[in-house]
Amino acid sequence: MPELPLWLVWVIKAAVIYGALLSVAGLMSLAERKVSAWMQYRIGPNRVGPFGLLQPLADGVKFMFKEELVPAGANPFLFRIAPALAALPAMLAVAVIPFAGEIELFGQRTTLSVTDLPISSLYVLAVGGLGIYGIILGGWSSNSKYSLLGSLRASAQMVSYELSLILSILAVVALSGSLDLRVIADAQQADAALWNIARAPLAFLLFVVCMFAETNRHPFDFAESEPELVGGFHTEYSAMRFALFFLGEYCAMTVMSCLATVLFLAGGAIPFWPDAPWWAELASFLVKMSAFLFLYLWVRWTLPRFRFDQLMRLGWKVLLPLALFNLFATAALMAAGVL
Amino acid sequence: MLTPYVPILILLALATGFSLVSLGLSDLLGRLRPSIGKSTAYECGMQVEGSARLRLSIHFYLVAVLFILFDVESLLLVPWAVAARSFQEAGVGPLVLAEVAGFVGVLGLGLAWVWKKGGLDWDR
Amino acid sequence: MSSVQTFDYAPGALPAAQGSTSEGPTSELPDDPLHGELLRLSMGPQHPATHGVLRVVVELDGETIQSCEPMVGFLHRGKEKSCESLGWAKFFPHTDRLDYVQPLMNNVGYALALETLAGIAVPERGQVVRVLLMEVSRIAAHLIYLGTTAIDLGAVSMFFATFKERENIYSILDAYTGHRMNNTYVRIGGVYCDVDENVERALSEWLGRFPACIDEYEKFLTGNRIWYDRNRGVGVITREQALAWSLSGPNLRGSGMDWDLRKRSPYSGYESYEFEIPVGTVGDAYDRYLVRIEEMRQSVKIAQQALARLAATRGAEVLAEDRRYVLPPKAKVHSSMEELIFQFKVVTDLCLPRGEAYHAIESSKGELGFYVASDGTSKPLRCHIRAPGLQNVQAIPLVAQGRLFSDMVAIIGSLDFVMGEVDR
Repeated sequence: MPELPLWLVWVIKAAVIYGALLSVAGLMSLAERKVSAWMQYRIGPNRVGPFGLLQPLADGVKFMFKEELVPAGANPFLFRIAPALAALPAMLAVAVIPFAGEIELFGQRTTLSVTDLPISSLYVLAVGGLGIYGIILGGWSSNSKYSLLGSLRASAQMVSYELSLILSILAVVALSGSLDLRVIADAQQADAALWNIARAPLAFLLFVVCMFAETNRHPFDFAESEPELVGGFHTEYSAMRFALFFLGEYCAMTVMSCLATVLFLAGGAIPFWPDAPWWAELASFLVKMSAFLFLYLWVRWTLPRFRFDQLMRLGWKVLLPLALFNLFATAALMAAGVL
Repeated sequence: MLTPYVPILILLALATGFSLVSLGLSDLLGRLRPSIGKSTAYECGMQVEGSARLRLSIHFYLVAVLFILFDVESLLLVPWAVAARSFQEAGVGPLVLAEVAGFVGVLGLGLAWVWKKGGLDWDR
Repeated sequence: MSSVQTFDYAPGALPAAQGSTSEGPTSELPDDPLHGELLRLSMGPQHPATHGVLRVVVELDGETIQSCEPMVGFLHRGKEKSCESLGWAKFFPHTDRLDYVQPLMNNVGYALALETLAGIAVPERGQVVRVLLMEVSRIAAHLIYLGTTAIDLGAVSMFFATFKERENIYSILDAYTGHRMNNTYVRIGGVYCDVDENVERALSEWLGRFPACIDEYEKFLTGNRIWYDRNRGVGVITREQALAWSLSGPNLRGSGMDWDLRKRSPYSGYESYEFEIPVGTVGDAYDRYLVRIEEMRQSVKIAQQALARLAATRGAEVLAEDRRYVLPPKAKVHSSMEELIFQFKVVTDLCLPRGEAYHAIESSKGELGFYVASDGTSKPLRCHIRAPGLQNVQAIPLVAQGRLFSDMVAIIGSLDFVMGEVDR
């Protein structure tokens, strides 16, 4: 078989992973409704396809045919571009997630990730941090007070929690001595006792909390908070632009779950099976990722919502000092030779 | 050196393409029937009073400034975190740790000061 | 300056919990760098958290409510005036639509006022059935409070948990009264028909099961840290404030006032039932939540006692035999001239004696009073409804000023009103 040119391999990998991300995001929109239904004595969508599996597709088609409204007084350009700005960063961040080890693709040996950067964890943080622009611009350009409040809350919240997020990741980086997600995952490969969830449990806890806040998910979903802000930053949105905000949110959740899997659960590693083939690693990765995604839904449909000041207090007065302490505790333990 | 970034550009093209195509399709297929009622901003069914573009509480800026302070701090910690293990192996781990502790200690004092001043209290 | 009237509450009158936040609106200065411009926001009438069509105009500084004013009237249907044109008996269906989450309670309140005016004694079994219906309605209404308040504070699944049980209540009421919601089952002098044994069985089965459901709700919320933080210290109404603002019901009891009309001026034989009145200590949203939870338990107790009495008085009359006000049995109408005339008179020309009467009951929201005045003709001279919801709405600015915008939904939820009775 002739060897495929490298660029084509890249395109194939990018297309497959991007398609998978969109599928997972779409399935999440179904899972959200199904899981909430099961928790609430309901059935959930079950008309479109078996178990309602085609519901996300039907929704997509419906959104396309909906009327697109732009409120008077809105900034039309920013208003139209904001949903794409909100969705793109989450979609781009998936590029460096190492789903599994090396695979053979049409004669080319390559890794199962869009690309491998030596600074991939910084890349995720940098690109992921851009997601807030779409939300701020969308809320502000709507010229609606509820949207404005929503985007203000979102921005204050996301910057507050980004600090703890970075610091909790730094603890993991210190443990493995690399910013490369693949190296971080591989360093935990050998033994379940080396998984960072065991070596840095506090960092894991901090990361999970920040993960909810960074994706604007319940119990931190102040940017939307239906009962107060009636949707918040996307109050004025309709049709596909509305859908794109949600697609972005689900993509961000998926990427965050992937990140948690890589950083703390050793990516696709399977305990007691060190030489697992790539498909087993991929399956194990997806199972771990799904566990985090389910956690998102579980929390969403169980807990009440925080208040805004409580959220800020938690972020600045609890999580930030804790994250700083955790980083130094980890470093000190390393210096003492424990870790 | 920059080759690993090319696939990201491919992904960017894919994602942008998807966003533009889906939004474009929505614009093409969606039927527009504008009316005054639909185009007014949501204000719970009442007439919109005033503008949503106004000067905001200074608290939001305070959060932003604090964020930049601590974000820069954490950025400066990144190189140390990466090299922590090698410092350890070179035998200067505790020394470097003490230096970094001094650096963060100063910023920690800053945080404590802001805390005491009430800069972190949202409800003043 | 804005045209919103800001209520002038003395800072000292506000509870200490709000502390420094209540130091007057410094934002009046046009160039105050610390506070930005006020965001004047209309919350409602079409807003998910205002429990109907309440409109609250708030002025926000950032996230802090600088002033707020509730505006009512979006659901005004002229109920009191309708009574004057419809006549006494035909107003019963309209009372259903006052506080539409507890129609039977409104029915009883109105009937009691008319009975006081006309001096009619309701037979023992009729009173027991009324008590049963009222307590079940109270549970249904508190379930609505719990579900909607929880959904406002983000605990969406609670809403379905409470509505599941409310659905059971409605099925039983449907089996008994023939309607799920707007029952109109109470008549002057008693209730329309006796309780079926099947209904009794279904009710006692449900009442036996329900306390476990309350435990489940409490597991969801009472000890939940987020729920506690969202409610504790929010919307604090002191006992004096509650009295001054004429609050009643769980809102008054949450503020530590041991006041329940079922104990203080018993009606329908409440004095003979064993139950307790839960009272709060702080007067915040959390206390009001706890009071309502406990009231549901007490209501179960009362309803079970009522069921026991029903079993003991089976076969007794549930409707007074006063032909001036009460419809004769249909069978007799077909066979007796007098009864036919009575039926005709009661339906077309029901006259209450000259005079006036006020009777209040302890509804799920507070003191639900009906003032009726008659000039002796078939048309009421005046019917005034003292709806507790209106007082509850009035209390919003009292506790919302200086708080965060997110607290608004907790406050509105915990004060618990239904716009149907506020606007009438």
